[in-house]
Amino acid sequence: MRELWEAFTGFLRTFGALQLFLLRLIVESPRVLMRPRLVSQQIFNAGALSLVLIMVCGFFVGAVIGLQGHSNLARFGSEDILGLFSALSLMKELGPVITALLFAGRAGTALASEIGLMRTTDQLSAMEMMAIDPVIRVATPRFLGGAISMPLLTAIFTSVGILGSWVVGVPLLGVDGGAFWSQMQAGVGMADVWEGILKSIVFGLAASLIAVWEGYNAIPTAEGVGRATTRTVVITAVVILVFDFMITALAISLG
Amino acid sequence: MQQTKTVEIGTGAFVALGFAALFFLATQTTNIQRFEEGSYDITARFDNIGGLKERSPVAMAGVRIGRVESIVFDKDRYDAVVTLRIDSRYDTLPDDSDASILTAGLLGSQYVGLQPGGSEDYLGDGDELIFTQSAIVLENLIGKFLVNSGED
Repeated sequence: MRELWEAFTGFLRTFGALQLFLLRLIVESPRVLMRPRLVSQQIFNAGALSLVLIMVCGFFVGAVIGLQGHSNLARFGSEDILGLFSALSLMKELGPVITALLFAGRAGTALASEIGLMRTTDQLSAMEMMAIDPVIRVATPRFLGGAISMPLLTAIFTSVGILGSWVVGVPLLGVDGGAFWSQMQAGVGMADVWEGILKSIVFGLAASLIAVWEGYNAIPTAEGVGRATTRTVVITAVVILVFDFMITALAISLG
Repeated sequence: MQQTKTVEIGTGAFVALGFAALFFLATQTTNIQRFEEGSYDITARFDNIGGLKERSPVAMAGVRIGRVESIVFDKDRYDAVVTLRIDSRYDTLPDDSDASILTAGLLGSQYVGLQPGGSEDYLGDGDELIFTQSAIVLENLIGKFLVNSGED
């Protein structure tokens, strides 16, 4: 009983500390944005270096949606709405969620292990000793870089995915190209686009926060850094899927 | 120096590509501009709209000419007022055209089908369609069928 209570308070304490850390990152953000070089370096690390991965995965996810969509819609004789089907599923669900999961695997782990290794090798303490705040110099630029990159990566993933679905649907399976685009344009509303953008922003903030937090609080051993990296991926995946459900429920009840 | 250059080019290319993708999603996959620039609204009253929704298509001769802008319940007359936003390319619809709520395909969504009338006056912004036919509700149809077959 006592252990359970301690586990509970321990969880609350971590959770509270995480909120305070997020608040700290947000408060420091304007000051860090005054030094765009710091942030653009991190956008390069988190975003530009993930670009090829995101585009390849986006293309194949779109292609498989085209394939699945076509064979299942054909049962109802509605292959023409393939464009609408793939645009909506990519835009609202698969784009943000898969991009966020890939982002956690590609950029989140890199962030966590980089910061964790700085902690292990006492670089963060060294900065503090030189009166440089590591939250400003190390954590905030990485958080911002990740948070800015995620929505852009999601948009690229979704666009490439729609093209992938087009490649499978129109030239390969013979769906009418005009119907593919016109059904999509008739059925997709600005609200659908916004839902995807909103999700990608929230997921970007969550994934970056978790990666930076785990790295920053890693136990300063080789094992600790490894554990921080693993936890980053696991926690990000769970948090993103839970948030995805909540945002979808919210969007449906509002829309 | 070489390395910062690579970073800058990479970041710039990535951000530009990201915004291009956002632009693509916002303009090429939706129909925002297509009906917003140049369109006019007409209204029609239906006793029952069935499963009609906002943004459902409006078609004449099977060709999409607009979409449903809004659906409002009239609490005085107990019917539904449906506002149809018609593309202004199609500004020669006779004012005695009739509107009916139809279903696209067996499982398809419902849409408003317009049948042209014979009048030489055209519908303009804010006009109301007089002749309307409500959605066919399957349960009512089955009910009628059962009553009729009972009489035989």
